[in-house]
Order: sequence, then C-alpha cells, then structure tokens
Amino acid sequence: MRKLSIIIVLIIIGWGIITSLQKIPFGSSRAKLADHYINEGKEETGAANIVTAVVVSYRSLDTLGEVTVLFLATIGLGAVLATIKRKSERESEKASLILSTGCKLLFPLILLFGAYIFIHGHLTPGGGFQGGAVIASAFVLMYLGCHEEKRINETGSILSESLGGLVFLSIGLIGLAIGTGYFLNNFLPKGEFNTLLSGGIIPIIYIAIGFKVGAELSKIIDLLMEES
Amino acid sequence: MSFLHNYIYYIGAFGLIFIGLFIMAVKRNYIKIIIGLSILETGVNLFLISIGYIKNGTAPIFSNAGIAAENMVDPVPQALVLTAIVIGLAVMGLALSLAIGLYKHYGTLNLIKIKEQKW
Repeated sequence: MRKLSIIIVLIIIGWGIITSLQKIPFGSSRAKLADHYINEGKEETGAANIVTAVVVSYRSLDTLGEVTVLFLATIGLGAVLATIKRKSERESEKASLILSTGCKLLFPLILLFGAYIFIHGHLTPGGGFQGGAVIASAFVLMYLGCHEEKRINETGSILSESLGGLVFLSIGLIGLAIGTGYFLNNFLPKGEFNTLLSGGIIPIIYIAIGFKVGAELSKIIDLLMEES
Repeated sequence: MSFLHNYIYYIGAFGLIFIGLFIMAVKRNYIKIIIGLSILETGVNLFLISIGYIKNGTAPIFSNAGIAAENMVDPVPQALVLTAIVIGLAVMGLALSLAIGLYKHYGTLNLIKIKEQKW
C-alpha cells in the first residue's frame, strides 16, 4: 500500500517533469550568459579554464558560501560525534610489511598529486575542491593501510583549514579596499595567458580552497574512523 | 531511435532521481536511506551537466590556441556540480555520524522500531 502510493506520487512528478523538459531539447545551443563567459572570460579573468573562471571569479561569493556549507557540515559532524561515548579500542590485526610500506610510499605522492591539481586549477581540469578530495583520499589510504599511525596532526589540520578560510576572506577584503572596489575584485595583474602565473587572484584563492577542503575532508574521515 | 538519442541523458538522470526518491520513501533502514540520498544526488548532478551539453561539445578550457569557442559546453552547470559533489560528500559524512549516534542511542537503525518515527 505504501509502495503503491509512493509510485503514484512519483508518476505524477514524472509527468510534470516530462511536460516541462520537452521545451528544453538535449544538446541545443548555449544560453546568453554562457556565451558571455566563454567569449569574454579569457580576457576578463585571465584563466584558461572557464569553469574555474566562473567558480572563483564571476561567482566567487557563491563559492565562499559553499565553502562555508562544507565547514558547517564538518562542525556538525564533530558536534554530533562529540556527544557520543567513545568505544574502547577494537582489536585489529597489524598490516603486513608490504601493505604498510606501500601506503607510506604512496602517501606523499598522492599529496603531491592533489597539490598539483589545485595549483593548476586555472589551466587544466581540476581545482581546489578536487585537489582537496584527492588529499583526503591519501588520508583514507593512510588510515586503512597503516594501523600504527592512527591520528592526523590536529594542529596542522586546524591551522591549514583556518588559514585557507582567512586567505580567501582577506583577499576578498583587499579587493574591496583597492581598485574599483567590490568584494573579491581581481586586483592582481593577469599575467601571460595559459601560464602558471596568470589569472590574478584565481590561483591564490584556489590554493586556499584546496588546503581548506583537504583539511576538512580528512578531518571528517578522521572523526568517522576514530568512532568505528 | 531519435527520441532515445535526444533524451537518453534525461531518462538516465531522472531514472536515478526516481530510484533515489523511491528508496528514501520506502526503506526503513537509515543506512539504506543515506544510500538513496546519494543516488538521488548523483542523478541531480547528471541532470545539471546534461542540460548544459551541446552537440559535439568540448570542455570549456582554452588549453591550446586552436580550440574554437563555438563548440564549448555551458560552464555554469559544471561549476555548480563541481562544488555540489564535495558538499554532498560532507553532507553524507554528517548523515553517517547521525547514524552512528542513532545506533548508539537506540541499538537499532530501523526507523519503525525507533519510537519517535511513526511512518
């Protein structure tokens, strides 16, 4: 009975979607806004990757909000888990030598790859969010592979997260203070197109986001792994 | 055939969305509801990306000088989905922490057995 009523509700929703989606054919031409971003974005922001130009330059205030949402989710997770009593240490088998050596060898390389992704965010596919996720995956490997080093460095995690947020905000406020004066104004010189030092404030903000997201996601993994 | 060619991404995306909604509405286990939420989220992301696609489009990146701007796909949905994926990961972590709390408090994850939940 319950399933039937839900299927009926879903069919009604689906019918509404079908009638509205027939007006948006798949693979048709772009909207005017996208045309502006693609045609003028190169000159206006200096970033080769237009997605990065939208995330960090045109819609950087939204990105600040999204970073705040991520921060709040981490805070909420920590607050929920802090009220729960910690379980006693579960006994676990020690990892074999090959596994622990292999993950110790791979750990710095994965960190380096994550850093590469967020430093080159304005040139290649990728950016701060993806690079941060790759860095967090390195911590997952460390937790699953090497049992003796269970915790991440608490101070380092808090420091990189707070510094990331502070750099993002203070660059925005500097942009407000000088030049034409709006929040997150791109006040640095654009540089030569399609080189590492181009795009004004875009690489700096993406590096800050990369540190912040990497610290937050690895903190989430740390809290959940410690609990189990 | 041309109907499938034109609408296959929409069908796939809304298939995922409806599967996720159905799981979230019908299942009683909290972990299964989180899995449904994750499937729903994937469907929404796929739908947003496929709305911005144009025929024979390329990624909106000027990695070398020869790339024409006419063939690039819409960058705005991609920018939205990029952040939505990471936020979805954090939200799933939050939901799993609530699952840990529920299990420690009630000893079960079945929402029918937890008395505050009626349906």
